[in-house]
Amino acid sequence: MRSDINLDNLLSCVDVPAQWIGLREVYESSTPRMIRDGVPVSNHFASTHGIMIEVLVDGQFGYYGTPDMSPESISKAAEKAYYQAKLASRSSTFHFDESARPAHRGSYKSPYVKSRTELSAGNMNSLLLDAYKHLKVSDKIVSASSLCNIIETEFRFVSSNGSDISQSFLMLEFDLRATAADGTNQQTRTFGGMRGNCKQIGVEFLDQLEIIAQASTVGEQALELLNADECPTGDLDIVIAPDQMMLQIHESIGHALEVDRILGDERNYAGWSFVKLEDFGKLQYGSDVMNITFDPTVSSEFASYGYDDGGLEAKKEYLIKDGLLVRGLGGQESQIRSGVPGVANFRSSSWNRAPIDRMANINLEPGENTFEELISMVENGVYMESNRSWSIDDYRNKFQFGCEYGRLIENGKLTKTVKNPNYRGVSTPFWNNLKAVGDMNSFGIYGTPNCGKGEPNQVIRVGHASPACLFEKIQVFGGA
Amino acid sequence: MKQAFNQLSEKLFSFLKPGEYLVASFYGENSQFIRFNAATIRQTGLVDDGSLTLKYMYNGRTCTGEFVLSGNADIDLARGKQQLERMRKESREIPEDPFQVVPSNTDSSNEITTANGLSREDAAEAILPVISGVDFVGIWSSGKIFRGNSNNLGQNHWFETESFSLDYSLVTPEHQMVKGCFAGTDWNQNEFEKYVGESKNKLTLLNRKPVKVKTGKYRTWFESAAVADFLGMFSWNGISEASLRQGCSGFGRMRHGDTLLSTKFTLSEDFRKGYCPKFNSDGEISDSRLTLINSGELKNTLVSSRSEKEYGVKSNFAASGEYLRSPVMEAGRLNQNDVISKINTGLYLSNIHYLNWSDNAAGRITGLTRYACFWVEKGEIVAPIETMRFDDTFYNFFGKELEAVEDRVSVNPEIETYGGREPGAITCPGILVGSFALTL
Repeated sequence: MRSDINLDNLLSCVDVPAQWIGLREVYESSTPRMIRDGVPVSNHFASTHGIMIEVLVDGQFGYYGTPDMSPESISKAAEKAYYQAKLASRSSTFHFDESARPAHRGSYKSPYVKSRTELSAGNMNSLLLDAYKHLKVSDKIVSASSLCNIIETEFRFVSSNGSDISQSFLMLEFDLRATAADGTNQQTRTFGGMRGNCKQIGVEFLDQLEIIAQASTVGEQALELLNADECPTGDLDIVIAPDQMMLQIHESIGHALEVDRILGDERNYAGWSFVKLEDFGKLQYGSDVMNITFDPTVSSEFASYGYDDGGLEAKKEYLIKDGLLVRGLGGQESQIRSGVPGVANFRSSSWNRAPIDRMANINLEPGENTFEELISMVENGVYMESNRSWSIDDYRNKFQFGCEYGRLIENGKLTKTVKNPNYRGVSTPFWNNLKAVGDMNSFGIYGTPNCGKGEPNQVIRVGHASPACLFEKIQVFGGA
Repeated sequence: MKQAFNQLSEKLFSFLKPGEYLVASFYGENSQFIRFNAATIRQTGLVDDGSLTLKYMYNGRTCTGEFVLSGNADIDLARGKQQLERMRKESREIPEDPFQVVPSNTDSSNEITTANGLSREDAAEAILPVISGVDFVGIWSSGKIFRGNSNNLGQNHWFETESFSLDYSLVTPEHQMVKGCFAGTDWNQNEFEKYVGESKNKLTLLNRKPVKVKTGKYRTWFESAAVADFLGMFSWNGISEASLRQGCSGFGRMRHGDTLLSTKFTLSEDFRKGYCPKFNSDGEISDSRLTLINSGELKNTLVSSRSEKEYGVKSNFAASGEYLRSPVMEAGRLNQNDVISKINTGLYLSNIHYLNWSDNAAGRITGLTRYACFWVEKGEIVAPIETMRFDDTFYNFFGKELEAVEDRVSVNPEIETYGGREPGAITCPGILVGSFALTL
């Protein structure tokens, strides 16, 4: 439920002697619906609505997040935020000025055709039930589920130095899952990894998808994995599908380039980074076919937006160009603190959390090889799809990923299916082993709703798009 | 807060028609957060938050609706009524849920813990002088946490606690780190200064040049905090009955009877210390203590009332997600003073990081060493180690390779704040393992 909040009036009610004052109103609703094993397990609607007031006092920001949006409440919240900032300003990590919140005016709206209300609860349940029936291709499918979550977010930001930004988002998460089991042998297959199919799009996404065909494939492949051989062990070439490239980019590039992390803010929680401030413009992060962008302008990608939560206008920028590290994931505060060129990525999960440096859409730009050409370059290797396990150290060096589905590549051709395909490595040596990048035909747009970071903790939505990629001599192994 | 919750839920119950059920579940917090970097304040602020989740049941259909509470009774009642109407309409469209659990009125509870903590105004001044002179990074979280649950049959629960935690890392110039978490209800400045002082003392061990350990298998000691992280994995595709039935549990090998853990390993769900509410989101109250694994044998899984209906196994009133809420692992006989000599040559790991199932069916978990982790040789600490990846199964390190269990348990408080501040803790001892696999 939205109530009419006049943010400009609320701003005028704030009476504290701060250098700068900002109000950020966030309303968000989500509607997750899920069928598991033929019955409805979620018909949920959740909404949240509140305001974060931020004040800058003696160079220190202080905040107060409140769901009470009355003028009296906002006025008191501002006073308390002011006092918090004032007390802290004696020992600030950095003394900012107004330039940390540049004034911008503008708006953004997700591109979509059909709104949430164009698919009723009943019709959504029917669609998910149909999908479930096609996931359950055998009695050996011991559990199967279909899920759709529709999220609507409205955001408005005003500030004492004239920012006025409105943004409106419509997002959709869709997942299919089938688990086949035979005793302790159990294999799960999903549609693009755990909730990998996340888009900024309307419910027309469901029209475009061949859901029934996809469900049957997911179910059949779960069965196929049950009887497959283990993935071989050894230093092998691997071709990684876009729905796993998503996690590879996220963990070994995205988090490593967050400038607040490099500055040490995250050392007690998510960790530090092997990247140092002096590496920008100098570090050969990967091979010369590696081009990584921060791109909040890709239509339908999960984390597209017009402005970050500090009011900075979002533009496409190269983070890594021809393998060379050129720019960090740092919003205005981090750019001021570090002197490193950054992007508009100062984001918060909602009205109750302060913004920090986050990923948005971090993409690997397409190359020139067809998927068939990538496979043909491999004499002995493994093709891997869909993430199922992920882990990386606190400096973002030593990673290990597991995928759901593998195929052997023998003499330039895809051959038999293998289960439990895993690989591990160290970030920059791994990216320097990037031999070839797929073209636009293998380019896939994915995302995740569950990127965790920050103290207090926040989860945020990020998008990752990539073509299939070929890496040489990677440590590959199977299960058990 | 309690009065507002009761008044709102009672009002909403009064709108119900015959045959309708409604469960109201409340979450709230009034929190202060101060984030530190380099022993200075990076961010500081306050958050008031609260939401009500309504579970509506009628004619075999179940819908849920959640909304934020503004604190204004009229606005919140209007939001509640709107959700009730939305769910009534929706229940006419959606399929029947054959495993629906309708509420009952079995018991009510009221648990309020007040504390003599640090005021918001005093927090920074109390902490900053103590952490000066060292690279200190971390988060101060404090304030009240509220949980409530009631249903239209008259059942009513309330849980309210006031607590603080300062979760931190101390960092050497060579980037070696010591972890600490000073948490509780009543603030004691002397105890705080002593606790941080002990952390600072640990830093001296980290001044030695780190050694690079080769991949392979090593005798390994895990401090309680590391064991707590392993036990936390049991809440995710772990000791849940639904996970076992749905083929996504690491406990399949124990369920099918071909594998036991060590006789030294005993794990219970134990609410007696009151770290978290005894009631779940449906208002059901678990037994004060439920043995899950007794001397290595799987005795019980976590079973929600929905799983009882779906799978025909008696409910132990687990949370709907069948995760551990207050796990306690039993102590053993190994005294902390003997740990280094018992390791003889191997690893001393204080903390681990970023765990994930690498092969869920096999119980295999991967992750990394973090913080104060040392190479031990001939019964003496040699030096800290460079970060290493491990990949091993709990059937080994809680099973055949479990050599000894510490003779005391430590309380590892819940410090994650994703959905808000959470009450709870994992209580466990350290363990000594005969062989543990480092892979990268």
